[in-house]
Amino acid sequence: MYRYDEFDHRFVRERTTQFRDQVTRRLSGELTEDEFKPLRLMNGVYLQLHAYMLRVAVPYGTLSAPQMRQLAMIAERYDRGYGHFTTRQNIQYNWPALKDLPDVLDHLAEVEMHAIQTSGNCIRNVTTDQWAGVAADEIADPRPICELLRQWSSLHPEFSFLPRKFKIAVTGAPQDRAAVAVHDIGLHMHRNADGEAGWEVLAGGGQGRTPMIAVTVRDWLPERELLPYLEAVMRVYNLHGRRDNKYKARIKILIHELGAEEFRRQVEEEFARAGTPEVEVEQRELARIAAYFAPPAYEDLQDVSTEFELAKNGNRDFANWAKINVAEHKAPGYAIVNISLKPVDGIPGDATTEEMNLVADLSERYSANEIRITHRQNLVLPYVRKRDLFAVWSALNDAGLAIANLGHLGDIIACPGMDYCALATARSIPIAQDISRKFADLKRQYDVGPLTINISGCINACGHHHVAHIGILGVDKKGKEFYQITLGGASDENASIGKILGPGFSGEEVPDAIEKIIETYIAIRGESETFLQTYRRVGADPFKEALYATA
Amino acid sequence: MTGKILTANRVDDGLVVFLNGRGEWAEALSEAWLGEHDSTIAEFEDIASAAGAGTEVTDVYLFDAERDGDEFVPAHIRERIRALGPTVRMDLGKQAEGIGGAFNALG
Amino acid sequence: MRLLKNGEFASDDWTVLSEDDVLPLNGDVIVCFDRLMRDYAQLKAHDGRIAVSFPNDCAVEDLDDYLDILDKVVLTFPVFTDGRAYSQARQLRQQFAFEGEIQASGNVLPDQLAFMRQCGFDVFLVNGRFDAEQWQKAATSMTLTYQNGYLPERGFAPADVWKRREVKSNDQLRSDFEEVWTA
Ligand code: SF4
Repeated sequence: MYRYDEFDHRFVRERTTQFRDQVTRRLSGELTEDEFKPLRLMNGVYLQLHAYMLRVAVPYGTLSAPQMRQLAMIAERYDRGYGHFTTRQNIQYNWPALKDLPDVLDHLAEVEMHAIQTSGNCIRNVTTDQWAGVAADEIADPRPICELLRQWSSLHPEFSFLPRKFKIAVTGAPQDRAAVAVHDIGLHMHRNADGEAGWEVLAGGGQGRTPMIAVTVRDWLPERELLPYLEAVMRVYNLHGRRDNKYKARIKILIHELGAEEFRRQVEEEFARAGTPEVEVEQRELARIAAYFAPPAYEDLQDVSTEFELAKNGNRDFANWAKINVAEHKAPGYAIVNISLKPVDGIPGDATTEEMNLVADLSERYSANEIRITHRQNLVLPYVRKRDLFAVWSALNDAGLAIANLGHLGDIIACPGMDYCALATARSIPIAQDISRKFADLKRQYDVGPLTINISGCINACGHHHVAHIGILGVDKKGKEFYQITLGGASDENASIGKILGPGFSGEEVPDAIEKIIETYIAIRGESETFLQTYRRVGADPFKEALYATA
Repeated sequence: MTGKILTANRVDDGLVVFLNGRGEWAEALSEAWLGEHDSTIAEFEDIASAAGAGTEVTDVYLFDAERDGDEFVPAHIRERIRALGPTVRMDLGKQAEGIGGAFNALG
Repeated sequence: MRLLKNGEFASDDWTVLSEDDVLPLNGDVIVCFDRLMRDYAQLKAHDGRIAVSFPNDCAVEDLDDYLDILDKVVLTFPVFTDGRAYSQARQLRQQFAFEGEIQASGNVLPDQLAFMRQCGFDVFLVNGRFDAEQWQKAATSMTLTYQNGYLPERGFAPADVWKRREVKSNDQLRSDFEEVWTA
């Protein structure tokens, strides 16, 4: 993975020194809160319901073992012994004191991490496929481009005061695991007719109060032109994005109001005028970065591991977990281990200091020191030999982390909601907990098959409810929590926005409503038809009937 | 009796505080000053704008609450959770320190 | 309000003319864009420098026909969070090769000065709340930049990381880097 050179180190240290000075100026009164707020936000510091919250960037979701240990240490020393992994592949701390934050940022800098631009109206931390570099279906590892984008977007002089926040997602595989169609810019790698890999540039996707699927701005762009082209997109947005209404300020609204055709024309015009003066520098920099992402020295292994097959025969729980949580790897004899952070009754995405340390240890022993954070709030060990899977599972199982529900009903996304978030209109976590208890039986989950349930505590949709097969949105109805259910969303290469089924439910009613939806699906599904396929075939009516007919 | 309570977050550690009768910012809601008359509430607004420009607290605002015995119960669930701590982590926040209140977040 | 230029306060000799103020016989004047279009010929013959005050919701390409008589373009930040003028300055420098002064006016604060300079601003109309040292300190707190081609031409310039990386050996990088840092 990428390692800082002295420039990167210096850059982050100067930034933390600058922030230390800004905090001092705020505490002394030299800066007012109005002036300080945008500065703290650009360093990832929010003020939430109970306290400050620090959002630390995990660039494109990749962490090393020492970085994970440092995150665990920070949780222990400066927070309350845990952290929350988010749908942005980041980690959040819920209780840090402002006066400690310069020290926390110094500790992050020690392990080549920072919180730059995890908030504010700037280009946010770039996200990608959690299986980047190891997925069997991948064209190429997207992380060199992600790292180039990380550097390029860091304290960008022109694009740090945009109309609104700006999120870029990248995927190097045909199967989109990075939800590129619901980001401000999505980059999807394809080969052109000559077999050359390049980028489809999508723009204007997003969730929030006006969910939209992105439009394709360019079908295929040679890699060397990517940064100049992105600069053109950003500049058109910076100049013309609405600034009169923060709910209409995202790029999706600009594209919607201009029309995709006109937006494309403006981008191409700007791109032509600005030209590509520095591409050689960028290409050499990209090549330098790419060398860091060379895969570890794989052992020459048979794809079938006898140890693994024997262990599966000897242990049903292990076999289930291996079937559900382990994914196919590029290299023969290797596997991708997905660690679900969704125990029954747990808080989705939360991990304690001990859990973080355990995963760091396992990655050191079994996974080339690497860990990934997924946008479904889980963790990944990307380089595990099949013959080591049983040992990994045993260690996870002892810690209660061998939860075999990946991609199934129990693997629920939930944003912090009103238990932590100042913007929330309802709680999210208790709903996830109630559903997880009701469907605790794994056999039942396997019978139901692949299913995503995502929960947001307000219309900002951090819980990605719009793109869930079953989405749940918490709203406030006369001071009471209420939940709207949507069906049919998806965030993959066939992305769609879920549709509201009907009137909402109180929190207590939600698990039964989910039960009815599941029962309806089971009653009408075709042979090996998934929930989403069934919904797309039959539409909302049977589900509406099940939920509302007798009421 | 219903009234209004002035609340904020402390600048240096971010924790939730409430204005008490001596003009100080207290951590426990039970120590807050419940403004029940228009004149008190007008005074709160002056205190809020002065405090918001200072260095001790930030994000100062009023919320509705009701007196119940010797404690105050916020009208809205958001403020109840803020005064207690996360409902999913009873071991954290004011409720864990014994300064939350006897009321339930869910009302 | 004072003009900040090259890290120091400079005297402001510019006269701002409204739409109908009579053009003085000589001296440096700032006009609005409408007047620049209307009085182009007259302004061209003026004995003194010409500047335009240009709104942040207009396209700088509309200025292209007038750049030949302009010594300065004044761009504005109505609030510091409205970042349109960064792109306008960048376009003027990079796409229209404007070499006169670009002045920032409006809500200009020390913590944004470095970004403005990198996009092409070189003069800043500021209030008296901060002294020259505070401006300089904020403007130089970051000595490195990752973006290509975003370097101010005059005065303090951060080091361009990508270019430095590619042309230097590691040892050279290190000494070069110390030099930038201690400069
Ligand atoms: S969706 Fe709303 S409640 Fe949930 S984290 Fe985002 S802003 Fe907070």
